[in-house]
Amino acid sequence: MPKRARQTPEINSSSMADIAFLLLIFFLVTTTIANDKGLFLLLPPDPDQLEDLDIKIPERNLFKIQINSADRLLVENEPLTDTDELKGMIREFVLNNGRDPESSDNPQKAIVSLKTDRGTTQKKFIEVLDQIKGAYHDIYAGRAGVSNKKWRELAADHTDPEDDRLYEMGRGVLPDGKPEIPMNISIAEPTKIGG
Amino acid sequence: MSKFKKKADAKQEIPTSALPDIIFMLLFFFMVTTVLRESSINVKQVIPEARELTKLQKKSLVKHLYIGEPKKTEIWGKEPKIQANDAFIDTKDIILWVSREKAKMKEHEREQITIDLKVDEEAKRGLISDVELQLRKANARKLLYTTRQRVEI
Repeated sequence: MPKRARQTPEINSSSMADIAFLLLIFFLVTTTIANDKGLFLLLPPDPDQLEDLDIKIPERNLFKIQINSADRLLVENEPLTDTDELKGMIREFVLNNGRDPESSDNPQKAIVSLKTDRGTTQKKFIEVLDQIKGAYHDIYAGRAGVSNKKWRELAADHTDPEDDRLYEMGRGVLPDGKPEIPMNISIAEPTKIGG
Repeated sequence: MSKFKKKADAKQEIPTSALPDIIFMLLFFFMVTTVLRESSINVKQVIPEARELTKLQKKSLVKHLYIGEPKKTEIWGKEPKIQANDAFIDTKDIILWVSREKAKMKEHEREQITIDLKVDEEAKRGLISDVELQLRKANARKLLYTTRQRVEI
C-alpha cells in the first residue's frame, strides 16, 4: 500500500510537441494569409441620379490617357510605348500651376482622364492606374517629407495626430477645407471599338 | 584526476521541455495572422502587379468579387465570369448582392462597404466597367482592385 502512495502522478508530456506540430501543420495548410492590398478608387455617384450638368473643362486642364483594345497607349493624342514615362508626365502636368499654357492651371483643376476600350485587359489598366497613383503619391510624399511607402501607410490610417499632421501637410488644406492637391482621376466609360 | 572525472560526467542532453511551448507559440501566430478561406474560387486568378499599393484597415467592411475565366471551361465556357461568395452571378444581380451583403453588416458600417475586385489580368475592361456601373447604382462606391506588389529587380 505505501508503495502506491509514493508514486508521483506525472503525465508523460513528450508527445505534446507532436500534437502541437500536427495542429500547426493543419493551420498552415488550411489558411491563406489575407491579402487586402491594392489600388483604391472611389467611384462617382449613380449616373441616374446625377443631374445632366454639362460642365466644360478646358482642354489644358485635362491629361488624357487612352488605351485601345490592343493595349496600346495614346497620351495627350500622342502614342507612348513606355508606360513608366507616365509618372513624370503626370507630375509635371499637375504641378504646372499655369506656367505652360498647354498644361494645367493649378492642381485643383487638373484632372487625369483615363479612357479604355472594352477590349483592354485589366493588366494594362492596372499598370496605367498604378502610374497615376504613383505620380500623386510621390507629390504628396515629397511635400510631407516622408518616403512614398510611408505616405501610403499614412493615407490608409492617419488616426495618430502626428500622422494626421503629415497627411494634411502632404495634401495641403485650402481655406475652404478642400485639399490643395486633390487626386482627380476620371475613369471614363470604355469605348466599343475593339472586341 | 578527480577533477577530470567530474567533467566527463556532465549532462550531454539538451533540455527539450520548452519545445512544446515554442511550437505552441508558432501555432498561435499562424492562428492569429491567418483567415480561413470562406469560399473556394472557381475562376482563374492571376492577379496583376502594381507598385503603389495601399492597405485596407477594416477587414469587416470588405466584400469580395472574383472575376476571371472559369476554371471548368467545359461547363461554363471561356468568357470571364463574376463570382460572388460561392456562385457565379450576372452583372444585373450585383445590386441585389450588394444589398444582401449590406444587410449582413452592422447598421452604422453599411455605408462604408468596400468592394474588393479580384480581377484576373486577362479579363477585359468591358465586363469590369459594367460591374462598376452596377456598383455605382447600388451605392457601393468604394472600390479596391487587388494587386500584388511588384518586386523591383
